[in-house]
Amino acid sequence: MKQFKAFVVKEFYHIFRDRRTMLILLGMPVAQILIFGFAINMEVTDIAVAVLNPSPDTYTNQIVERIDANNYFHVDYTVHSQNEIDELFKQNKIDLAIVFPNSFNEDLIESGKADVQLISDTSDPNTGTIIVNYATGIIADYQKEINHISGYPPYQIVATTQLLYNPEMKSSFSFVPGVMGLILMVISTMMTSISIVREKERGTMEVLLASPLKLSQILIAKTIPYLSLSFINLLTILYLAYYLLGVPIRGSLVLIVAISTLYIFLSLLFGLLISTIAKKQVEAIIMSGIGLTMPVMLLSGMLFPIENMPFVLEKLTHIVPARWYIIIIKKLMIQGLDFSFIIKEVSILLGMTGLILALSMINSKKRLE
Amino acid sequence: MEDNIIVKVSGLTKKFGNFTAVDNITFNVKEGEIFGFLGANGAGKTTAMQMLIGLNKQTSGEAFVAGYDIRHESEKIKKNIGYMSQRFSLYEDLKVWENIRLFAGIYGMKDKEIAEKTDQLLSRLDFEDERNTLVKSLPLGWKQKLAFSVAIFHSPKVVFLDEPTGGVDPATRRQFWEMIYQAAEDNITVFATTHYMDEAEYCDRVSIMVDGRIDALDTPTNLKAQFEAKDMDEVFRKLARKATRD
Amino acid sequence: MIEVKNLRKNYHSPKSGKYAGIGTKDNLEKGISLSVPKGEVFGVIGPDGAGKTTLFRILATLLLADSGEARLSKWNVVDDYKEIRKIIGYMPGRFSLYMDMSVEENLEFFATVFDTTIEENYEFIKDIYQQIEPFKKRRAGALSGGMKQKLALSCALIHQPEVLILDEPTTGVDPVSRKEFWDMLSKLKEGGMTILVSTAYMDEATRCDRIALMREGEFIAIDTPANIIADYKQTLWSVKGDNLSSMLADIRDFPQVQTSFAFGDEHHITVDQNLTKSELSNYLSDKGYANVSIDDITPTVEDCFLALTNEEN
Repeated sequence: MKQFKAFVVKEFYHIFRDRRTMLILLGMPVAQILIFGFAINMEVTDIAVAVLNPSPDTYTNQIVERIDANNYFHVDYTVHSQNEIDELFKQNKIDLAIVFPNSFNEDLIESGKADVQLISDTSDPNTGTIIVNYATGIIADYQKEINHISGYPPYQIVATTQLLYNPEMKSSFSFVPGVMGLILMVISTMMTSISIVREKERGTMEVLLASPLKLSQILIAKTIPYLSLSFINLLTILYLAYYLLGVPIRGSLVLIVAISTLYIFLSLLFGLLISTIAKKQVEAIIMSGIGLTMPVMLLSGMLFPIENMPFVLEKLTHIVPARWYIIIIKKLMIQGLDFSFIIKEVSILLGMTGLILALSMINSKKRLE
Repeated sequence: MEDNIIVKVSGLTKKFGNFTAVDNITFNVKEGEIFGFLGANGAGKTTAMQMLIGLNKQTSGEAFVAGYDIRHESEKIKKNIGYMSQRFSLYEDLKVWENIRLFAGIYGMKDKEIAEKTDQLLSRLDFEDERNTLVKSLPLGWKQKLAFSVAIFHSPKVVFLDEPTGGVDPATRRQFWEMIYQAAEDNITVFATTHYMDEAEYCDRVSIMVDGRIDALDTPTNLKAQFEAKDMDEVFRKLARKATRD
Repeated sequence: MIEVKNLRKNYHSPKSGKYAGIGTKDNLEKGISLSVPKGEVFGVIGPDGAGKTTLFRILATLLLADSGEARLSKWNVVDDYKEIRKIIGYMPGRFSLYMDMSVEENLEFFATVFDTTIEENYEFIKDIYQQIEPFKKRRAGALSGGMKQKLALSCALIHQPEVLILDEPTTGVDPVSRKEFWDMLSKLKEGGMTILVSTAYMDEATRCDRIALMREGEFIAIDTPANIIADYKQTLWSVKGDNLSSMLADIRDFPQVQTSFAFGDEHHITVDQNLTKSELSNYLSDKGYANVSIDDITPTVEDCFLALTNEEN
């Protein structure tokens, strides 16, 4: 036990004395939260709108009013032809066009169903989608309102996309779980594997192996400092998300921390596994960086919605632990669901942990090769 | 500059904070000379050498290598010197001829000249069969010989060797020094560090650094006489004992 | 104390890309064998790539041999590795220290690893540690080569091992530090420690009780340095004179000269038995060399190594 303690202390020396790395490790979550929360803010404001309304009536006028009244939108142009819309888009003067058909009023009254065409500039698909979603949301609200008043067979204005849990379309909500999934994995996996491989590279591992220390002692001692660092990061992220970005923590905080601990543990094991394979620090960085961080960013649903992925990629996301972790955190934090809703995801994470543990145990050697 | 002086160093000093790594050293190296640059670990050899080849800027003093000022003309110096360090010299995952062509190309040699000189070099080293061998599968001694040949391939005026023979077997070590002699005869000045004191004896002149200063500089014969020593090892030990810094 | 029998290890060396190892040359079906009694300083001497590190790693229980057996004390390196790890002090090729930790922290850490303390063993390492103790607050990375070496040795000695295994402890270290290092080993030997040490510097051979000359994975000689020198069969002369470098080529042209090597300020040559010194001397004078002197000399270990290498080729 004394040996173990000395080893953990030594690991903390390494971390504290490499100031630059430590600052990066502690600063990374702050930077990521700030970047995702503000700079790459997916929230779109100041949306310029053009309206093509060939036969104005009460309903269409009210829809346009509602949109204009919304903080995010301002109706700048009322146009008379499709060509004008094209022109405005080309000149980058509008972000959204709303096109009512000639027969809007007729359709609505006679068949109870009318179409509105929303056109948005999708050169930036994310922004485009968001704008359309905003507008759809406003129209849906309006539809509810008129149906409420009229009491007649319900009118349908447009196939609405329901915007659950995040009615204000705040993008930081969906990013926070992603950032958690990314940061915790990077710190735990990359740093653990690097610190073990560094000892191999510098030759100190040889001395440790030739000493009475048990391999398991060495490896467990290696993970402890990064476990604590990850914890600090976890708390930093939750704190910033809650107080700075106003992301709600609707579910149980205890459960969130517990699941995160499981995820950190899984990531640490990943680090051990990498360290059994990599011989040089560079290899460890490449394996954990490109082999893990990239898939987390691309395939976890953090940046790109999984539902929109091609079949093969979609299947591939199933083996990315971060995917399941992010789902759990979204459910717990934002949707405020309880444990019964995350049993499947938790089981998958547990299974993965067991697998990685077995693999790294098979792979780690008490000798040099 | 005097005609036959190829490395001229005066008052060269390098400080890192409070620490004076190289302390006001002054010496000349003559053209075609084999100059041994000795010193204990930490005496400042590496720093001094790095300044001469333009990898490190001096704090004060001046030096000229091949007639160029190390302060302003390091690019010109680099074209006129060869450098072989113990740690890195050749690309292990390139073939023998690819290494030669690469380094010759870096120094701007013409393809035809490269081809001719490559043939000459391989036959001189008895390496013709290894032309297409990856460098990593050559024995260490061969690598070192090849690395030296590559370092002087572009006929530099001075070649700097940083512990070129560490760990090499005795026979190869001697072949290596014979190559150094050959280079000196071809009028390439050789500036070398080594930890083998018998190798110091092969040098025309030897300088010994202690605590950043050059405490002795002469021919091996004169140094042995001056310090009443039977060999260079003894000279070295007598000098290094004066060292005060750790 | 150390028994090695018919040891073979063939492995793919990432550095050379070739199959290297020990005891694997075609003519060496039996592998290599070695026996070191307690309290002996045994040197394994050979160039890089000879297999020294592989042998030492097998003995330090860090590698498994393909075949053969190795024991330290009564323990087998394969089955009893845990016991062996308690009784050896191992210092690998590079100084395996934590460069971001101070001298004292390094020593303390290794003491704890071996379940002991600096205080408990201070007397034992005092001679060596005292030389670096004034710098105990300094980070290991800021030490000179000689001091790193002393610290690494202190760390390897902190648990009073029975066997000390030192892989090239003097490589890249200047001659003065090297001499000091060997003096320290002599002192440890007096205390009864068994020391296995490897080096590429031939001149260090005479500091060992017995040596094995190693080349391409096999021992080409095992004996005391004196016996190895006594076994030297050739006629060995030294040749001195002016203009030594060009003289070497002319000496080689002389038919009765077998080998000739530069040795510092003289050449060592082996010649046919019937050649007389005056014949060679006259030949060199005719070639225009002045101040030529030729003497019979006692070979050094390096001469022996060169002769043994030559025999094989």
